[in-house]
Amino acid sequence: MLARTFMAAIMASAVALLPVSIAKAAEIENKLVVVTSFPKDLTGVFKRAFEAKYPGTKVDMLKKKTTAGVKYIQETASNNTSDIFWASAPDAFEVLKGDGLLAQYQVQAKGIPEKIGAFPLNDPDGYYKGFAASGYGIMWNTRYLKAKKLPEPKEWEDLAKPVYFGHVGMSAPSRSGTTHLTVETVLQGLGWEKGWALWKAIGGNLKTVTERSFGVPSGVNSGEFGIGIVIDFFGFSSKATGYPVEFRYPSTTALVPANIAIVKNAPHPKAAAAFIEFVLSPEGQKLLLDPKIQRLPVRPELYDGPAKHLPNPFKGEIAASVAFDVKKSKARYNLVNSLFDVMITYRLDDLRAATKAIHEAAAALASKPNAEAQKLLDEARALVAAVPIDEAKSLDPAFASIFKKKRKKKTDKVTGRQAEVEQQWDAMVKANYEKARALAEKAKAMAQ
Amino acid sequence: MSATGTSAPAGGRGVTGGLLRDVIAAWRQQKGAALLALAIFAFLTLFLILPVAQVVYVAFLDANTGAFTLVNFLDFFRTPLFRESFYNSFYVSFMSVVVATIISLPLAYFTSRFNFAGATLIQTLGVLPLIMPPFVGAVAMQMIFGANGSINLLLDEYFGFTIPFMEGLNGVILVQSIHYFPFILINLSASLNTIDRSLEEAAQNLGAHGMRLFRRIVFPLAMPGYVAGAALVFLKVFDDLGTPLLLNVNTMLAPQAYLRISSIGISDPMGYVISVMLVVFSLLSLWVAHLATRGRDYASVQKGGGGLLRRDLRPWERAGAYGLILLILLVVLSPHIGLLLMSFGTIWSFSVLPDGFTLAHYKEVFTTAMPYITNTLLYAGLAALFDVMLATAIAYIVQRTRLPGRHVLDYIGTAAVAVPGVVLAIGYLRTYHDFVLPGVDKPLATWWVIIVVALTIRRLPYALRACSAALQQISVTLEEAAQNLGAGRFETVRRIVVPLMAGGIAAGFVTAFATAAVELSATIMLVSSEADAPLAYGIYVYMQTAAGRGPGAALGVLAVIIVGVATWLSHRFVERQRTQAALDERMAAQGV
Repeated sequence: MLARTFMAAIMASAVALLPVSIAKAAEIENKLVVVTSFPKDLTGVFKRAFEAKYPGTKVDMLKKKTTAGVKYIQETASNNTSDIFWASAPDAFEVLKGDGLLAQYQVQAKGIPEKIGAFPLNDPDGYYKGFAASGYGIMWNTRYLKAKKLPEPKEWEDLAKPVYFGHVGMSAPSRSGTTHLTVETVLQGLGWEKGWALWKAIGGNLKTVTERSFGVPSGVNSGEFGIGIVIDFFGFSSKATGYPVEFRYPSTTALVPANIAIVKNAPHPKAAAAFIEFVLSPEGQKLLLDPKIQRLPVRPELYDGPAKHLPNPFKGEIAASVAFDVKKSKARYNLVNSLFDVMITYRLDDLRAATKAIHEAAAALASKPNAEAQKLLDEARALVAAVPIDEAKSLDPAFASIFKKKRKKKTDKVTGRQAEVEQQWDAMVKANYEKARALAEKAKAMAQ
Repeated sequence: MSATGTSAPAGGRGVTGGLLRDVIAAWRQQKGAALLALAIFAFLTLFLILPVAQVVYVAFLDANTGAFTLVNFLDFFRTPLFRESFYNSFYVSFMSVVVATIISLPLAYFTSRFNFAGATLIQTLGVLPLIMPPFVGAVAMQMIFGANGSINLLLDEYFGFTIPFMEGLNGVILVQSIHYFPFILINLSASLNTIDRSLEEAAQNLGAHGMRLFRRIVFPLAMPGYVAGAALVFLKVFDDLGTPLLLNVNTMLAPQAYLRISSIGISDPMGYVISVMLVVFSLLSLWVAHLATRGRDYASVQKGGGGLLRRDLRPWERAGAYGLILLILLVVLSPHIGLLLMSFGTIWSFSVLPDGFTLAHYKEVFTTAMPYITNTLLYAGLAALFDVMLATAIAYIVQRTRLPGRHVLDYIGTAAVAVPGVVLAIGYLRTYHDFVLPGVDKPLATWWVIIVVALTIRRLPYALRACSAALQQISVTLEEAAQNLGAGRFETVRRIVVPLMAGGIAAGFVTAFATAAVELSATIMLVSSEADAPLAYGIYVYMQTAAGRGPGAALGVLAVIIVGVATWLSHRFVERQRTQAALDERMAAQGV
């Protein structure tokens, strides 16, 4: 009966010689365990469709947030019970791949390009595959903006404007793989110094740094804060649910794939392979267009048909101007996380106080210019923007290894401790914010 | 307070030379109790100490060389951020105890002092704040108290100002007090209900009335319950990360530990250093609580008909008392009102009330939620049952035997409150994933029973405080009397001690059950199959999507109802026991 399956059809058309043995090869196990960070709206749709196609197989979707999923696979590796790891952030897959916990798999399905925007769609070593694309952007609550008389933001830079003080929410890169990609994209797009200056300027306007990535769309939906930095499908699906929200891609964005991989020593390898093929098939890709899912498919032909309403990433309809450098991102992954937390997450109150003073001084100076006060204000801005280390240092493998901690061998030597470095950064950042606030207040007083 | 003397265990004694002799002597005298103590110790070692040690040992390692070091702890005290976090955690915990006391005193006093219609109902509703389902509870709280929540939107519209309920440390104190005051309420009520009425009557005969009576006689006699509750509030707030995360206050210890432990692929030892500090500090504060009640004897001989004399209120008093209680309940239950609105609401965004109402969320939930509900009842019920059994045994061993080192059991059991759920869960996976149980045919770490064990360990501190306080109020003379009449030790425990402790045991059961029913941090790591998942996990799954908020809230309401019903039933049970006992006593007095 299973000879009718999609996978068999593809293989049969490719190798028409031995249909009988192919039919046997397509028979899959009666169970499949998927560890996934995706919401029920997505997994439920795929589970139902897959089970309808392979009536003998029962799919168990184990939902864990990405970090917990990675830990779960790591801790259970010695006696693995999971077949598939299915999540957004490519870096989570990199971690598992680095630990040797994924299996290589050669995809049979044809017609999927190698690249989406500037980002390679699949792992070059064949461990994980992209099955949907996502871009990052700005989401806002229309009722909120109307009530507070705020303009719609268009670019990341807009979020640093005084008018948005206290109205923006985002997650931290250490908490959410998708936020990490957003932060890194801007750092690569604008350069290290300018990128951090922008993140701190936005940081000063933050109402809150949420603990998980879904906290941002959730907060915008509730009206807890008006504007959020989110991954596109959070915006699309919130709107589809009926919340009074809108979403826009700014021009500095990167498209990155959401991924799927087979776990090493999977107990049900055939079912796992069949599932990946199903997800990548035209049939599976169409499921991504469900109003509650709304992710960008990786089959270009869909954008001429059922996915017409979505921006086509293969035709440059999303201005992904940043050529994302995966190697660079990987080299300083933990370092960027730590830097963001030390400078923004943990010192949010200090940063906000400094930013507020700067906004007020700038407003005072705008109506009553004063060269000397302007100098103080510029100095205050520079103090807030200052980063403890330069880009070269961030890419120095010896320095970055302080943040990795996992020694591969007993003989690996690392000098310095993360806590020690963070403590130095913290001292500098705190003093800078304090001084910047004092300078800005002085500038304001001079302008009045 | 009567001085019965013998029950207080002797304090410090020579540890070195006398220890062996002590052990042998203790073994001869108290073989059964010693065996029980050893079994409990083994259980705690296997499922608390070992797994946690597997995870936190990195706190003592030099990350560069892998050698043993204390430099990480030095880093802790050298970092201003951690010092600040430490101070903030302490301040918030202390203030939360104060505010929680202010909330729970009137509730406990009025319901156990006066004849009140619906006292059971009030005490049941008073427990509900403990059940803040994960994620949905947080959103509901924001919808009501948030910067753009219902109350502030109304205030802004009619009065042109808003109140930052949910900002900064004061926001944390408010939310924590609302969330955890039932610990004090439950334990204090249990204590008040076991006070020897004759002491109160004696005081009245001597002319003490009103506040003086309460301050000098009633409250001091109820001290064990109050201290147990206050210690729990303090410990829980000190170690809690849900609320700080909800309010995005990161400069406290528990969120600092959690944020560092749970980020991707990183293994910063400071997260584990903070965990160790949390455990140490929790034990320290427990010891302080122990000092507060040490050297005094709270036991009273008369039981059964005990509890304060209940009197009727005059009409205007009644109106005042009801008004006050309703006001308090309205404030502490407003997150649940928000939850209810969310579960029936369509879209609720930047408005006082949802745009419309629907039953669709409940329809969706009822088609999928049955396994979640049965799993929750099973897990939380079993865990709470094990908890009160363990807690009663530990309390008895600590207070009624002279086994050397018996206090260790109490301290270990209570230290569990400071172990972050994620640390315990990772410890289980690390320790028991390779251990395939014969007969079950799968690793212990992926068997559903491990979830029950995790819940048992995590909620043991609650039951332990409640049961210890209950035993403290029972005079040892009653047991001696039973033994003089020929009852064996086990017989005495079963027929005398446990029935007299019933109130405390029920209080322990309720707190353990209620909080286990909505636990998520450990279960989310340990659930290894959808079929084994409890309610909290279902809520988590729904709350990952914009469309899932309504169904998530509906599941949350179901969780609250389940726990509410369980609480009400156990109150009913205790109440019936009391009435029965009072009846027996009266009949005995009349010589029937």
